[in-house]
Amino acid sequence: MSATAATPSAAIPGLGRRIGSLRKERRWALITAYISLIVAAIVMLAPPLYMLLTSLKTSAEISNPVGTPWIVRNPTLDNYWALISDPMFRGFFFNSIKVTVCVVVLTMVISVFAAFSLARMKFFGSQVLATGVFLTYLVPDTLLFIPLYQIVGALGLLNSTWGLVLVYPTLTVPFCTWIMIGYFASIPKELDEAALIDGANWMQMLTKIFIPVALPGIIAATIFAFTVSWAAFVYPTAFITRPDEMPLTIGVVSQLIRGDTFAWGQLMAGALLAALPPVIVYAFLMDYYIAGLTAGATKG
Amino acid sequence: MALDATTVTAAGPAAAPAQPRLSLQRIARRRSTIAFLMALPLIAVIAGLVAWPAGYAIYLSTLNRRMTEFIGLGNFQILLDSETFQMVIWQSCIFAISAVVLKALLGFWLAHMLHHIPTKGQRIWRGLLLLPWVVPPALSTLGWWWMFDPSYSSLNWLLNAIGAPSVPWLGEPWWARASVIIVNVWAGTPFFMIMYLAALKSVPDQLYEAAAIDGATGWQGLRFVTLPMMRNIISITVLFSLIVTFANYDIVRVLTNGGPRDLTHVFASYAFQVGVLSGNIPRGAAVSLFMFPLLAVVAFFILRGVNQRNREMA
Repeated sequence: MSATAATPSAAIPGLGRRIGSLRKERRWALITAYISLIVAAIVMLAPPLYMLLTSLKTSAEISNPVGTPWIVRNPTLDNYWALISDPMFRGFFFNSIKVTVCVVVLTMVISVFAAFSLARMKFFGSQVLATGVFLTYLVPDTLLFIPLYQIVGALGLLNSTWGLVLVYPTLTVPFCTWIMIGYFASIPKELDEAALIDGANWMQMLTKIFIPVALPGIIAATIFAFTVSWAAFVYPTAFITRPDEMPLTIGVVSQLIRGDTFAWGQLMAGALLAALPPVIVYAFLMDYYIAGLTAGATKG
Repeated sequence: MALDATTVTAAGPAAAPAQPRLSLQRIARRRSTIAFLMALPLIAVIAGLVAWPAGYAIYLSTLNRRMTEFIGLGNFQILLDSETFQMVIWQSCIFAISAVVLKALLGFWLAHMLHHIPTKGQRIWRGLLLLPWVVPPALSTLGWWWMFDPSYSSLNWLLNAIGAPSVPWLGEPWWARASVIIVNVWAGTPFFMIMYLAALKSVPDQLYEAAAIDGATGWQGLRFVTLPMMRNIISITVLFSLIVTFANYDIVRVLTNGGPRDLTHVFASYAFQVGVLSGNIPRGAAVSLFMFPLLAVVAFFILRGVNQRNREMA
């Protein structure tokens, strides 16, 4: 730097070239960025797209190896109709909705209260508990499913959706509590002081101030709980073997695959229908979804 | 507590001096009691559904097959002696490490590319690229399974179209391993991308400006500004993903179910195979407990990283 300052006359032409190359560099950077993103988008979207294509084909077209498999020649919705009119598949859907709604409500009640208490009220050991919440979040379900299999079995809840309602909170509660602690802790203390002066009790403070102010966090946590319980796979695979109690994920994977000749079109249609609710939620609430995803690290 | 004192005095300035102290104590007592009661369901979930099962798993793993007799570390010994399980350890490590490294690199690259384009367009690209993360993994893996199908593989069709030979995706051990990694990387890269993008956005522009004035090239900016600023979040994300990937079950279950010849089993799928399908609960519990040491080490580092980050932000 000192060298250029000492010889300004020499620096000027160099600077001009430098600016030109910078602009060029920036244009190349932009082109590289777009090329990478286009390639990535193709790779990321190809599997769902191919599932969609397959689901629109007849079995005859799927098993005909002539030509490219990447286009649909005779699109049909038969696979979807077959599934929607199948009471077993509707049963999967119903089970998934039942379990997910119960788990989401349960999770949000547990974690909002707990987060409020841990973020604001503090009690003996609350700091340890907050760390404990984070550690529990790190314990994977695949470590716990065998003892839980025994415990759920002892309670007589194997092959029952209620068994799933009992165990899914292990997947959702720690993370939801964790991000709610972050959101609640970021609310200024002046607000609770004002409420206390106005004579609010703790319950009113929670419902009238904390929940409304931290609503984005609550939405993000709800979306997380919903996505996780909808997509849960390890627990239902371990606990449920009766088709009429299966939720969608395991139902599609285990029941639509029968025999040696797979009904690929129907399988893909089932997978897409099952994936639809989280995708719809994501499409409409993307910002909350991403906030929830990144909250664990940026807030925590 | 100063808070309550002001409240009480504000609420009852005319009250006798002895009375506020009394209600102060009462509130103090009530406050922590209420707090504890509010956290009680959470404590119940953690204690009853995580801590107790984890302890129970340790107890289970010391029993014999019919769960009638205590055999100490017998299950662990049998497992470590069995060749299949040695392969499972290897495969779990190969799978988790290569998948996490690939996800981290690709995620970093994509986050960077996304950060470079004008802000207006970022939303739609981000929305598209995050899709694999949104679809439940068991279901998207079904799609991959169909694309890997030996007789109708659409991927092989694409390979043949550019003149490359067909690949026995799920038939050959190494290809099957690669396939499992590919699907995991596909599903997990968006998470890294989104985390890194959030981190990139939190790096103040002034730092880059200062670096540019000092004559830093783009590469030096990355090396000396971006990476140090993101160091913490990179390590948290990598460690977290290491746990999740190590404990992954759905992809292996749907794609290969452990085959060919048990060579693609990871801890979770093998624990399932042994514990639930073959009915040897204690040995299954022992298999899944092998994940525990790694988990403990990683959790320690994550916690340290998070605390560091909290201190930096405070």
